[in-house]
Order: sequence, then C-alpha cells, then structure tokens
Amino acid sequence: MDGIHDMGGMHGFGKVEPEQDEPVFHAPWEGRCLALNRAMAAIGVWTIDESRASIESLPPDVYLSSSYYRKWALGLEKRVINHGLASAGEIAAGHALRHGPPSTRKVTAADTPRTLTRGSYYRPPQGPALFKPGDRVRTKNIHPETHTRLPRYARDRVGVIEANRGCHVFPDTAAHGAGENPQWLYTVLFDGTELWGDKSDPALKVSIEAFEPYLDPA
Amino acid sequence: MADDHDESEHSAHGSELSEMQLRVRALETVLAEKGYVDPAALDAMIEAYETRIGPHTGAAVVAKAWTDPAFKEALLADATKAVQALGLVSRVGDHLIAVENTPALHNMIVCTLCSCYPWEILGLPPVWYKSAPYRSRAVNDPRGVLADFGVSLARDMQIRVWDSTAETRFMVLPMRPSGTEGWSSEKLASLVTRDSMIGTGLPKSAAAAV
Repeated sequence: MDGIHDMGGMHGFGKVEPEQDEPVFHAPWEGRCLALNRAMAAIGVWTIDESRASIESLPPDVYLSSSYYRKWALGLEKRVINHGLASAGEIAAGHALRHGPPSTRKVTAADTPRTLTRGSYYRPPQGPALFKPGDRVRTKNIHPETHTRLPRYARDRVGVIEANRGCHVFPDTAAHGAGENPQWLYTVLFDGTELWGDKSDPALKVSIEAFEPYLDPA
Repeated sequence: MADDHDESEHSAHGSELSEMQLRVRALETVLAEKGYVDPAALDAMIEAYETRIGPHTGAAVVAKAWTDPAFKEALLADATKAVQALGLVSRVGDHLIAVENTPALHNMIVCTLCSCYPWEILGLPPVWYKSAPYRSRAVNDPRGVLADFGVSLARDMQIRVWDSTAETRFMVLPMRPSGTEGWSSEKLASLVTRDSMIGTGLPKSAAAAV
C-alpha cells in the first residue's frame, strides 16, 4: 500500500538525533511488547509480512505519532483480534473471558533459542530465474492497496541486477494469506540521478532488494 | 481503549508510558491466560537482549575479518555461514550479507519501509535507526545524515546505500584504522562501533583504544 510507512526520500522529518548511551529498552513495557510479539510470531498463526502489513495500515497520524514499540503493540492487538485469538473486549478488560482456539501451541522459555533466531525465507524455486547479474531492469509502476516491498521512490526506475539472492517467500502474497508464492530475489542497483534527478549527489548509488515480479527487462 | 492521537514519542515519558504499560500488560495477561504464551518465555527473551545480544558480536566479527584474510573472504562470500562458524551466537539466521568499505566506497544500511536490522549480530536497533528522519533521508541525502553524526567523507567517495526491503540483512565491514598493525582481535574489536557497522559512523582511531 502507498502508506506513510514508505518513507524513502520524503522531506521534512528533520535531523537524525542519535541518543548517547541509549538503553536497550526505554521502559519495561517495551521489552514485554517485543518479547510478546516474538513469542506470538512463533505460534505461527501469521507471517512476518502480515505483521508488517498490520503496522503499515495503522492510520497515518497514529503511525507518525507512535513510538516503534507502540506500533508493535497496536499491530499485535489487531492481529490477535483479526485471528480470533482474543476479543477487543478481553484486551480492554485485561483478562480472558473465554477459551482461545484449542489447537494452538504454547510458547515457553524452552522455545527461547528458536524465538531468538530468525527463520529462513528460502524456498524451492518454482522456475528458472529470469535475470542474471549485469542485466538492466525497469521496476514496475505498481500501486497495490495491499502489502508490497517495492518502495515508491524506486518504482518505474531503471537499474542493474547486482546479485541473485535466491528464491524467497513473496511478501506481497504472504502478507494476506495468499500463500508463500516463492519468487527470485535480486539486489538491484540504481544511480542516484535515476532516483532523484540531475541534482542528486553524483557519487550516490542506492540498491533495493527486489522480487522478480517487481521487474521488467529494460 | 481509545487511541490518544496527540501522544508523541517525545512525550513517551509522560502519558504514553502509563498508557502503554497498562495496554501491553493487558495483552500479555489475556494471551497468557489463554495459554498461548508463558510469561517466563518473555522474561528469557528480554534477558537475552539486555545481556547477551548486542553489537559486541558484530565487533568481534569485524576484528576477525581485519586479522584473518581467509575469514574475511568467507564473510564477504556468505556471512551467515562465516559468522555461524565462529560460534559467537547460538545460530545465525539465513540471509546475512556483509558489505566492505574501501578507500573509494562507503556503505550505509537502512530500511525505508520498516526497520529491518541484523539483530543477531548488532542487537536491537537504536531509536534513530527506526525514526522517520533516518528512514526518509538515508536514501537521498546520506551525506546529510552522516553530517548529523559528525562524519564527513571526501566528495568523490562513492556512497552506496542498501535499502533492506526483503529478508536479507546487511552489516558493513568498515576499514581497519591505521596504526593498528599487530594488534590482537580483542583490542581491534574495541575500536568497532555499532554505527560503523551500520555505516553512519567510522571505527574509532588507534589512539582511542581501551
């Protein structure tokens, strides 16, 4: 979706402000929120792509005014409710008022090594790769209302395939229950001037990680 | 629970803190009572991020690459495999990629769409990495971003920004500071800052060694 999350190249957000001696968490609830998200992800009811989509589709004013972990909490509430794991009334009450779906598994401390390690997103290819390093490609001019990982600033732009990163789960379908639909993933390199025009820093190059359905030969 | 839209990150120590404490506690209580999660599982994860997982792992990887040419070659070829072989973390997720700074090329990592970051070797990302200013400007004004960090590069230095738009994760292999010939890996690692592995900083100079 063409949402507020897609921030590459936007103006007006001001300076980057690094914090000296930043703590891992700024409040205990941030740690609980992070861990709760990871534990619930390990149950396997939703994909990482659906998690991202649930945050991207927060109202733009909420997205911009919420801290990172607040967005995580709001996204998790949405997914828990949408999948019927708990109701909005239960979350508001702070207690379970009925039993959850019985087939789900419970995440315990014994699962910690697994919950701390990222899964693999490699999947067997469904066909040969269409592109090879060195090929020129043009990114598609697409504007799906659903989740995509092709940022706006890099649409309808000509770049060069730098590397084939293997065949991966396709976020654009996995985000809304339409399957893993594995696709070849490439690093595509653009000149700064192709993305930002003649006034761009001539010594700038930017790459994105692009799934094959985002690309046409150029 | 209504959203209070006027809350901002900067007021996080006021109303958001108490609202979010209650809100996250409510969610955790419901999910624990329903049997999806054991709160002890959350304790274990939090403890790991607060005490074991952090940029010291990445710094050890960089120091090893500076002292062992064969390891450096392996790291640049397949960082997941190379870091796994060091045994610094229990298991490294797939898709880790190391990119090398040279006298002619400076690399910088961003995720414009969310905040993807190599957690296993750098720990949790700092707030600025997840912020709108960084995510918006890294791709079209990396020199301006570097200036915010007090870093200035030669005008003809090529800048390469990697937007982490998929499950591939990137770390920068910075250049080894001069005057560090013969140093141990441990001493070299003390020069490797987190920001130098994101590309918003450079390693400390030899004079800054601890």
